[in-house]
Amino acid sequence: MELIYHTWSWYISGFLIGLVMLSLIFFGKNFGMSSNLRTLCSLAGAGKKVLFFDWDWKSQRWNLAVVAGAMLGGFVATHYLSDVSNVAINPKTIEQLQAMNIDAPNGKLMPDALFSNQVFESPKSIFILIIAGIMIGFGSRYAGGCTSGHAISGLSNLQLPSLKAVIGFFIGGLIMVHFILPLIL
Amino acid sequence: MKLIKFILVGFIFGIVLTKAEAVSWYRIYEMFQFQSFHMYGIIMVAVLTGLIGIQIIKKYNLKDFSGAPICIPDKEPATVRYIAGGIIFGLGWALAGSCPGPIFILVGSGFTSMILVLLGALIGTFIYGVFKDKLPH
Repeated sequence: MELIYHTWSWYISGFLIGLVMLSLIFFGKNFGMSSNLRTLCSLAGAGKKVLFFDWDWKSQRWNLAVVAGAMLGGFVATHYLSDVSNVAINPKTIEQLQAMNIDAPNGKLMPDALFSNQVFESPKSIFILIIAGIMIGFGSRYAGGCTSGHAISGLSNLQLPSLKAVIGFFIGGLIMVHFILPLIL
Repeated sequence: MKLIKFILVGFIFGIVLTKAEAVSWYRIYEMFQFQSFHMYGIIMVAVLTGLIGIQIIKKYNLKDFSGAPICIPDKEPATVRYIAGGIIFGLGWALAGSCPGPIFILVGSGFTSMILVLLGALIGTFIYGVFKDKLPH
């Protein structure tokens, strides 16, 4: 049982994520999470105003089912399969974060400084989370996919466009972590 | 009923991403600081598993569960959209510490503040839809 409660190793986790992608291929679909954002916009009626959302989104119901399952899986894993040994990140990383007033994980997935319910009392924190979301939504649709569609599916199918996108992901991520986060935190 | 298998695949995906801590803001920060191999290991093994699986599918022309030939569409060739979109995505990924899969997973896990990120992601997707034809691709 300890094996389940502790952090899963990178090789087991990576292998299972690969299998998730392959099982969707076996079911005649393709692995990609960000396209659900487009589907949800269409579901909310965006297709009446913007052509991009006027498409056969009902054919994507299977992907919304994957999302529903993933949300449930996250709930079960967070509430029933976790313990305080989790998120044992590099002590050097913890030190760096403390210098920016970000609390250490101690088993938590997310720092309270950025994600506790107190953020709802801080306009700055709300703004940061919404802007982050806007960049994720806009960027993934512009690039035609996110980590699942490009980094996992695309690279394993040896797609050059996906390699370009993943290089972009890392350029953006490195700029954020090394140059922008120290300024805004 | 046909949707149950997809719910199940998603369920496993949600558990694995949470237990691998790939949904953790800390792990993403640590990855971009090059202070741990964990996330790189996950991505590499996932890609390697997928690569081997797809090669087997192509070599033996395997069929999907309904007996139809498996066809994995190629990504359309371009450069600007992948690099520019990729950089914008990466900025958001590192700031929120999560990509679209983990956003949904964390909302499901009960992190109320992630609803703000999800809301932003829907707005961002909508903005792309509005300006799609004016953007270089």
